[in-house]
Amino acid sequence: MWLQILITIFIVLILAKVFRQWRQERTTLFVFLSWSFLWLAILLVFWVPEITSYLANFLGVGRGADLIIYLSIVVIFYLIFKIFIRLNKTDRQITKLVREDAINNAEKR
Amino acid sequence: MNMKIFVIIPSFNEAERIGRVLEELSILPYQVVVVDDGSSDQTAEVLKNYSVDYLRHKINRGQGAALRTGTDYALEQGADIIVHFDADGQFLTTEIEKIIYPLKNQEIEIVFGSRFLGIKSEINFLKKFFILPFAHLVNFLFFGIRTTDPQNGFRAFKSSVAKKIQIEQDGGAHCSEILAKAFQNKLKWKEVPVTVLYNRFGQSVFASRGRGQSGLQILRDLLFSKIIK
Repeated sequence: MWLQILITIFIVLILAKVFRQWRQERTTLFVFLSWSFLWLAILLVFWVPEITSYLANFLGVGRGADLIIYLSIVVIFYLIFKIFIRLNKTDRQITKLVREDAINNAEKR
Repeated sequence: MNMKIFVIIPSFNEAERIGRVLEELSILPYQVVVVDDGSSDQTAEVLKNYSVDYLRHKINRGQGAALRTGTDYALEQGADIIVHFDADGQFLTTEIEKIIYPLKNQEIEIVFGSRFLGIKSEINFLKKFFILPFAHLVNFLFFGIRTTDPQNGFRAFKSSVAKKIQIEQDGGAHCSEILAKAFQNKLKWKEVPVTVLYNRFGQSVFASRGRGQSGLQILRDLLFSKIIK
């Protein structure tokens, strides 16, 4: 019970933050809705854990808890991959800037 | 015909060694471009004594990145032939003439230095029998490269083909990258025997030590570049 209340407070805070960001036009409606959906789903799972079992059975996975772990791993891998690509791009952009600076300030000796 | 020959020397914390290389180069008829890859030592001071073009990366970006900077600069300056060289004295300046000879006198577009064509370089056991053959295999399987030396930083090419072998690998993987691009674009290539002196530093398989990347990091960069393209 305590865990559920704690998690609820936590999620409400996150939702408030996401909502603020959307209102201040720092994110798009789509991003706002996706995050809201994700966190509301997590909230639901904490209050009604049984629903994961229905879903798990439906998808052919033994237990609800297993399903959550499988999904989490998929999501985490996807995010890591995205970050990897992003870092790569940032790296290349930095190199480009550094190169332009070096060529523009070349000294002939 | 008088050709403009540019020698690109990427340098990262080589203040103690680069002087000797520049000393030797000063009597040769090449335009020398030193790309200081964000060194934190006295490199800039040492260079004051030599007539070279000095470019500085404000932050360290890796050997591949520095070579590309020097190459781009040389192209802007109207280079005809571009030579990639090293700051730490592992290559011989006297062999530059040998490596550019096919570009000047034959229908060759790019020349690679090779440690395996007659001239004896002192390569250690592990490197000779395990690491280099493995690099050779990776190069062949993934990139179709058929040179005798899988990793040699001594090369020269005509500026007309520079665009075809543009370096995108900031780190040590640029060696294989240039080879791969030369083969993809079917450039007319040749290998020339060169000497490599392993008297000082080298690369390690696992750990990167100050300068350069380890063999495994290079492998990772190469395979990763295959995945995301």
